[in-house]
Amino acid sequence: MAAAFGYLPALGGESFGLFAWRRLIAEPGLMATLALTLRVGFAATGFSLALAFGLIATVVTRRGRLDLLAAPLIASPHSAIAVGLAFLIAPSGWIVRLLSPWATGWSAPPDAAIVGDPLGLSLTLGLAVKETPFLVAVGLAALRQFPATAQMQAARSLGYAPATAFALVVAPQLYRRIRLPVFAVLAYSLSVVDMALVLAPSHPAPLSLLALRWLISPQLDDVFPGEAAAVLQLALVVAAFALWRLGEGVARARIAARARAGERRGWLRLAPPALSGLGAALIALGFAALLGLVVWAFAWRWPFPAALPESWSLDLAWRQTSQLREPLGTTLALALTTSAASLALAIVWLESEDRLGRRATADVIVLPLLAPQIAFLFGTQTLFASARLDGSFAAVAWAQGLFVFPYVWLALADPWRALDPRFARAAAALGASPLRRLLGVKLPILTGPLALAFAIGVAVSVAQYLSTLFAGGGRVATLTTEALALAGGGDRRLSALLGLAQAAAPLAVYGAAFALPRIAFAHRRGLS
Amino acid sequence: MRTVLRAALALVLATTAARADAAWDAVLAKARGETVYWNAWGGDERTNAFIAWAGDQVRARYGVELKQVKLTDTGEAVARIVAEKAAGRDDDGSVDLIWINGPNFLSMKQKGLLYGPFVDKLPNAKYIDTTDKPSNVVDFTVPVEGYESPWRLAQFVFIYDSAKVAPPPRSLAALTDWIKAHPGRFTHPAAQDFMGASFLKQALIDLAPDRAALSQPADDAAFARESAPLWAWYDGVRPFFWRQGRQFPANEPALIQALNDGEVDFALAFDPAEAAAAAQAGRLPQTVRVTTFADGTLGNTSFVAIPFNSPHKDAAMVVADYLLDPATQAHAQDITALGAYSVLDPAKLSPEQRKLFEALPSHPALPTSADLGKVLLEPHPSWMTRIAEEWRRRYAN
Repeated sequence: MAAAFGYLPALGGESFGLFAWRRLIAEPGLMATLALTLRVGFAATGFSLALAFGLIATVVTRRGRLDLLAAPLIASPHSAIAVGLAFLIAPSGWIVRLLSPWATGWSAPPDAAIVGDPLGLSLTLGLAVKETPFLVAVGLAALRQFPATAQMQAARSLGYAPATAFALVVAPQLYRRIRLPVFAVLAYSLSVVDMALVLAPSHPAPLSLLALRWLISPQLDDVFPGEAAAVLQLALVVAAFALWRLGEGVARARIAARARAGERRGWLRLAPPALSGLGAALIALGFAALLGLVVWAFAWRWPFPAALPESWSLDLAWRQTSQLREPLGTTLALALTTSAASLALAIVWLESEDRLGRRATADVIVLPLLAPQIAFLFGTQTLFASARLDGSFAAVAWAQGLFVFPYVWLALADPWRALDPRFARAAAALGASPLRRLLGVKLPILTGPLALAFAIGVAVSVAQYLSTLFAGGGRVATLTTEALALAGGGDRRLSALLGLAQAAAPLAVYGAAFALPRIAFAHRRGLS
Repeated sequence: MRTVLRAALALVLATTAARADAAWDAVLAKARGETVYWNAWGGDERTNAFIAWAGDQVRARYGVELKQVKLTDTGEAVARIVAEKAAGRDDDGSVDLIWINGPNFLSMKQKGLLYGPFVDKLPNAKYIDTTDKPSNVVDFTVPVEGYESPWRLAQFVFIYDSAKVAPPPRSLAALTDWIKAHPGRFTHPAAQDFMGASFLKQALIDLAPDRAALSQPADDAAFARESAPLWAWYDGVRPFFWRQGRQFPANEPALIQALNDGEVDFALAFDPAEAAAAAQAGRLPQTVRVTTFADGTLGNTSFVAIPFNSPHKDAAMVVADYLLDPATQAHAQDITALGAYSVLDPAKLSPEQRKLFEALPSHPALPTSADLGKVLLEPHPSWMTRIAEEWRRRYAN
């Protein structure tokens, strides 16, 4: 990070100074860049959170397997969803193709900026497609930690409309339990790179792309403003956190006021159904994007305005299968290693909390999630290069672990802490040792959350791009590095194929994570 | 006397040749068993496949393992080498060979990040065309001086769909008329991208009052003077671009995808075989063709260079030499394999070697050297940098 202040001896920058910042500030359109970044960050987070709550509200009142529906979108990497979504909504995209020329009369696509629009709407939409299912999943997990259904019933017997009961009684408690994931989404939306490469406007670009452009520019001096931009990104995230907390305070006061006023059937009761409708539409959009990828992956020629490809081919798929064998192996090895290690570490951490009887602060663990990755790129690279570790499997595993562990920990911590301590106490009363209590009581009860945490770890590991690239010195090829290298080639068929390959591995693990508790506890109610 | 002199000269030549052979044998011996990490842009599947093929060949012939590190941007590898130098890692860097030219080359050469000169040591260097392909010797006006070895030629071309555009414009003026008559059907990649900056550079060459000034490093006065007509022209034509010139594709492949999607009627490429290759791969319709300006278009050479801290310099040189082998160059020029134009001088080849090139298959979208016409040399890299910056200042906010 010293480079942001001009210190980088290899490039002749040996004195600390502010010239990097002067260049950053002189960048044309910097204000527009910052406005865009903040707008997208807040809009995507707020939108995702609102839709997720709307969706969760419908499941609380009615039974539904929302988590199953959300899984494919969580498992698919951001870049794949971005490519699929861009194809769906572009002026020459699938939606327009399905309507042309019979309904629209267009034989050539309309000249309208939809993908990469200057307001960042398509990027916001793309982020929402990915983050809403994520928040739904963590929200559903958190819902099991307090008697939400019972409270809903109590509220309804007091005359609250179901949606009002959810908004006033359940939502605030739920939000408190998923605050960390929400902040992670906010930080991610403010500093997203892979999705922005596809969906963001190129100029003014979001801050993350501006920083990336400088950091990989052939003008070696550009490293300085690039690092300055990365530091600015960090500051922006911190400022956004503060703003969000202000917003939280306002929202809490409003909801409390309504609750005190005894509102039973106010307009709030309309919000969850409307939001869940929108949320369902968003999830449908995500699935349509994935379906578009499937079709493109096996298309040969698909000119505008044909609704389906003119010709199909397995040629590319065959060729890629042989070329991707090695990256696939590396990807799986990394994903399993980092997820297993993270899960073990998280169990040790949480168990020692139980035994010591105090809770460590979560801030340190989630730091890598809250800080923009790009801020650390150059530093990580120099660190690994000086330790001569870059390019090794271990270095990449470690770098990925920085991001995998917090997610695994996040996914596991809440269910773990919510575990009724009476189970363990009963076991202790029966004479079980601490280890026995862990292996015989806690872990079996937590099989579901453990499997889910592992699956999330795999998904995070598979999707890692910047950390793999920089710690791997470019030499460790995974599905994601190959996908992004080929995405630069603009062959949508190849991008689609690689996107599917990227999504397949985590999806398989998710499937297993859902199936496992059902198989293992088929005969025990309450655990499956 | 004369015969004695001639004999002495022959002897000197023979011993020099023998010494060169011995030196190269030593390189081959040291290279055996080493692994070369070739950092090359990975956005083109055909190039990746060609590199994989070359890897099989050098493994079989020289026992050298070749691994492509697929970059999304060559700057990534340059940044990595800078990071290694910053970390004091001077003898076992992670990059052995890098696909490079122009601004990246100037930048690395100036900062002392390149090993060399090494091209003279390569036996196949004697076939390099140094007369009719000046970009093999002067890379964007920067003398190569043996610090990078050529492997494929590039020339700026327009790709168009002959089913929609006929006949294609063959000058900047004709192109301007076409754009104004067909609003929203033409664009170029953003100037931060190599291809986008190249389009503006091509227009600069056509419009600059004094073309010779472009071969010198650009200072403020020269840039203002030479680029003024460019911006005047650009302001006039921009509103007729795709998305009214307010949005631009990120790079060449994105523009080709836009052409395939029917969003525009032209794409730009630096590889004259791109249209034929894309048509064969189903990425563009079979009706695409390639055209250039009648007065010539920009051309340059793609090189490979060896970073100062590569731990496998001998093996890297073996790969660079293999890329210059006439049989390799003929395979690379084969449109069914890669379709990259050769950097060799046909006059320096034996009749058998020439036959390899003459026997290559053709494709309607594949231009001949005559179709391509004159090659204009690249301006000094500083012009490209300044154009990109000025474009961003003027239009990117």
